[in-house]
Amino acid sequence: MAARLEIVSPEGLRVDGRRPAEVRRVLTRTGVLSQADGSAYIEQGNTKCLAAVYGPREPVKRAGVLHDRATINVEYNVSSFSSGERRAKLRRDRKLLEIGLMIKQTFETVVATTSFPRSEIDIYLQILQTDGGAVHTAINAATLALIDAGIPMTDYVCACSAGFVNDQAILDLNFLEESADVPTLTVALLPKSGKISMLGLESRLHIDKLEPVIALASDGCMQMKDTLDEAIRISTRNLAKTVLH
Amino acid sequence: MDQDDIEMEIDGEDSLDIHVVTPGEVVTRDSAFMRGHGTYTEDETLVASLAGVVDRVNKLISIKPLRTRYNGEIGDVVVGRITEVAQKRWKVDMNARQDGVLLLSSVNLPGGVQRRKNESDELQMRTFFAEGDMLSAEVQAFFQDGAASLHTRSIKYGKLRNGSLVTVPSALIKRTKSHFVTLPCGVDVILGLNGYIWVAKHVPISPEQANQPDALYHNDNEPIADQEREIIARVSNTILALAKHNNFINDTMIVYAYEAGSSHRVKDILKPDISQEIVQTARAQFQEAQQH
Repeated sequence: MAARLEIVSPEGLRVDGRRPAEVRRVLTRTGVLSQADGSAYIEQGNTKCLAAVYGPREPVKRAGVLHDRATINVEYNVSSFSSGERRAKLRRDRKLLEIGLMIKQTFETVVATTSFPRSEIDIYLQILQTDGGAVHTAINAATLALIDAGIPMTDYVCACSAGFVNDQAILDLNFLEESADVPTLTVALLPKSGKISMLGLESRLHIDKLEPVIALASDGCMQMKDTLDEAIRISTRNLAKTVLH
Repeated sequence: MDQDDIEMEIDGEDSLDIHVVTPGEVVTRDSAFMRGHGTYTEDETLVASLAGVVDRVNKLISIKPLRTRYNGEIGDVVVGRITEVAQKRWKVDMNARQDGVLLLSSVNLPGGVQRRKNESDELQMRTFFAEGDMLSAEVQAFFQDGAASLHTRSIKYGKLRNGSLVTVPSALIKRTKSHFVTLPCGVDVILGLNGYIWVAKHVPISPEQANQPDALYHNDNEPIADQEREIIARVSNTILALAKHNNFINDTMIVYAYEAGSSHRVKDILKPDISQEIVQTARAQFQEAQQH
């Protein structure tokens, strides 16, 4: 086991110098694209995601029309240049489609789709750089972009990941930690009610350890909520100054 | 001057009575208030569902988002583009959540203002408006599902020619007395409340011309001189500069910004530093005019 990477050092520090329950630096921007109805750019550590929201708008395809509410489409994409190894993208990557579907289901619970019958809301998520936690970064970016587009939502959706290693839970895993066989749990949460709207775990984790990991991830989500809320408040206030007067 | 300087200048005034809320934030626990757009009720409390500014009219509380798709209201002047010709109706893209509907019965047809539309009219609908045509119209009513029904039953509305389209976020367009303006530089501007703005050469309509059967729906532009083209482009770029800095747009603001940018070349107006300077000058002028 000596060759194995040490995830948490005896001093209690992780590979990138964080404490176990510390999230990475977050940088957010809204309204970055002029053509989209709403857009956002977010960096969580070295994971970077760009989100664009179009809609509610007239459905492009007739098949997608629902008569009582809007349909949400999510396209989740990982750029071929985003990871250490450059790889050509498969035309229809099943994994990406599945993540897209998962994100779509997460947002269907909070977006007030019933106020827009026969319309369509398109969310395009593009991962520009991956360093672990691409899915939760994408969810946070989508939340910002939807709010920026002025689409009514009952609450924020905040996401964060947590893992379990060396008998302790660690928050917001980076690529090194994720690829070192640490079970990683991604949680999306509605901070107002504390309800969990998405839970994803891709490897095995002992059931006894599940609770502390969820608790830590939820705590990370709450921290995300404060960061996102702050960003939205600043951008709304800045817009109000010039749009209204 | 950079971004910070603008910020400093605007800070301090009015910033106190802006009440910004974000989704999920409790607006009030007082049950005396009614919930309007952008809010929902949960456990007797009024909660915001949008990020925006609280707008209170007597007992009605609504949240006004500062970036959103166009939400029509009856009587609004809009500029749109025909996307589809259907049975007795046209579909109009108007930057809203659904395409607007222009019924064959809500347009003025050549030959008599008020007459019943017959089958031959229905067959030649494409000669009036075809896909891709621009038009100005007024929101007449709403259907059950929220789609807008438009009408062009006035000499003001109808097919648009001789100009170019400028699209800006719909929240930037202020409601004013008239959305049809002729600027001092001799250019007609139609400020559609949906964020579509039509900038065109001013063409006076004489009464006898208006009565000609072809006058309403023909597709030919008037001859436009190079100089007129340049002015149209200049006004378009001025509007885009205002939009780039998220500044509200009305006729006075366009005039001020046009004057502020008159010393620059048309293509330079959209350069970051120049557009900033233009918008700043126009804002200062507007605020000064407000105080008098």
